Amino acid sequence: MTIDEIIKNISDRFQSKILNINKSSQKRAYLDIYPKDITEIARYIFKDMGFRFNTASGVDDFDALEILYHFSHDRSGIVISLRAMIKDRQDPHIDTITTITRSAWWIERELHELFGIEFNGNSDLRPLLLPDDWPKGVYPMRKDFPQPKRDSRR
Amino acid sequence: MGLKEKILSKSLYVFHLSSGSCNNCDIELIDCLTPRYDVERFGIVLVGSIKHADVLLCTGSANRLAIPRIKKLYEQMPQPGYVIVYGACGSSRGLFKDSYNTGQPLDEIMPVDVYIPGCPPRPEAIIMGFEKLIEKINSRKEAR
Amino acid sequence: MSHKAAIPIGPYHPLQEEPEFYKLIVEGEKVVDVDVRIGYNHRGIEKISEAKSYDQSLFIVERICGICSSSHPIACAQAVEDIAKFEVPERALYIRTVCQELERLHSHMLWLGLAGHFLGYNTVFMWAWKYREPICDIFETVTGNRQNYAMHKIGGVRRDIEKEHIPYILKRLDEFTKQLNMLKGAVLDDPVLHERLKGVGVLTKEDAIDYSALGPTARASGIDIDVRRDYPYAAYDKIKWNVITLEEGDVFAKTVVRILEMFESVSIIRQCLDKMPQGPIDSNPKDIPPGEGIGQIEAPRGECFHYIKSDGTNSPMRHKIRAPTYMNFPTFRETVIGETISDAAIILAAIDPCYCCTERMLIVDDHDKQVMGVFELIRLSQEKTARIKDRYALS
Repeated sequence: MTIDEIIKNISDRFQSKILNINKSSQKRAYLDIYPKDITEIARYIFKDMGFRFNTASGVDDFDALEILYHFSHDRSGIVISLRAMIKDRQDPHIDTITTITRSAWWIERELHELFGIEFNGNSDLRPLLLPDDWPKGVYPMRKDFPQPKRDSRR
Repeated sequence: MGLKEKILSKSLYVFHLSSGSCNNCDIELIDCLTPRYDVERFGIVLVGSIKHADVLLCTGSANRLAIPRIKKLYEQMPQPGYVIVYGACGSSRGLFKDSYNTGQPLDEIMPVDVYIPGCPPRPEAIIMGFEKLIEKINSRKEAR
Repeated sequence: MSHKAAIPIGPYHPLQEEPEFYKLIVEGEKVVDVDVRIGYNHRGIEKISEAKSYDQSLFIVERICGICSSSHPIACAQAVEDIAKFEVPERALYIRTVCQELERLHSHMLWLGLAGHFLGYNTVFMWAWKYREPICDIFETVTGNRQNYAMHKIGGVRRDIEKEHIPYILKRLDEFTKQLNMLKGAVLDDPVLHERLKGVGVLTKEDAIDYSALGPTARASGIDIDVRRDYPYAAYDKIKWNVITLEEGDVFAKTVVRILEMFESVSIIRQCLDKMPQGPIDSNPKDIPPGEGIGQIEAPRGECFHYIKSDGTNSPMRHKIRAPTYMNFPTFRETVIGETISDAAIILAAIDPCYCCTERMLIVDDHDKQVMGVFELIRLSQEKTARIKDRYALS
């Protein structure tokens, strides 16, 4: 399968649910979607198209919180990333994908902890990395958390 | 105290504690126990419980989750006990000094007797570190 | 018969490096549930990386894990090269391949030794670590350091492999192969190990897919994935080698996959040293444009994944790192549950959890009173081996 076939396959099926397609190379594509469609599209990519779930990366984009779900297609060496933009920074939430693949178990705990994103339907959002006495409502990976000092000698 | 230290300097029992390190120091430490370097020749043995140990050998940049445990372990160490800090992270927090999850340097948590710098120090360096510690114990013994 | 006890394992262990905390819930001998608490090693590297320049972040990621200190920098460099579409000189690609395979050799050897210790084969432990030393020597020759090689940079590598070093490297590899053959015989022909490891801690293919398991853990469960072949990077597409896959999914299969992989690695290194073209080793890239890039690499434990978002400045806006153990680790829920306590140590070790943890396993009763220590657990494991040995009248 080539990347164009994969993109066509996904966009034919979901049509207007795919907001934007950015094909950065023959091996990589970034698809923008609404957060509410994540389970539907992720299920199709993981279960029906046989992709492997790599990980999800949270990005603080200042005006929105992004989650990128990376999926790999091992037979063709293609990585597709679904980008869900969560506009509400005060109370960000998105549906869980642990119902589709249990490999998202830890990464959702991590995103909950470091970005403060709620995953609807995931009952196991206990802290994973930070100490137990970490203050509530402080999310270290957000940009408003003090950035480490930059090295002045460069 | 003199007698205890005399006995102590012959064979040091070491407890190894990784307080959030990258493994390198820990690998090199275990390397010391295996045939090429074999510190057991010098009577240095790694033990599994701090209550059997004379030396607390600490690696890593003391992460916030680990600090209470380090304190607890230090309190449980039978006296006279010594602390060796192994590696750049333990000595100065190294690259991780700006991280949100490294609390305080190890030498503010407990008194440190010997620092072994390096990232990671070579196995020869750890043998040298033990030699320094034994010298230190011996000099204390004579001072009394 | 519903007396459940909790066995806390961790967070510190004298033989394993990274701290991690497990809680095994047991009913009699049987493990009925497992929970894990990580975070004893969390250093906020992703955040630190955002404050460093691209060249500096390679040094940071090198210190994520001491065993993978060649994999992470290559993955990070590949992510940046993916953003800017930098070309890497061919000689540099070959040098990267050599470093990667040397790392795999030393990592698998290290794992084999520790697995031997868990099973009560301390001779295997000492042998494996002794035979790892030639690899460390080669590393010292090639990169100048036994660990933390500082070898890779964006757009190439920092140091060349000198021509006069190649005979020495080949000689040490010969030594290593001879010893590896012996070790392979000692492990694969031992009836005690067959009995001890076969059918233990089975990860089925379905579970492995569901958990997106990676590397030797997945390949031992019959999933034919290998980043080196599927997402060709460095010089892997220019060299002949095989992906080792087994169907059983038990601890024995994981061991066999790792041992056979080491032979492949030796062969890859030989071919690389043979085929390596002359030329520059660094393309000296300058500006990194805004954009996103992904770097994937087959670390000894599986796929290592780096995502970098650049905003056009000289430091990454976001640097996401996913180490292979992160995906392999949750599979312990499938493999440990239903097994006996004496097998738990080796099953937890079988995924090679970037060697984390099993110190101070304490068996506690319901009121958290301590009954049993970590050594007890390893001792249980070692005693089971001894019992099997007795049966074979070997000991």
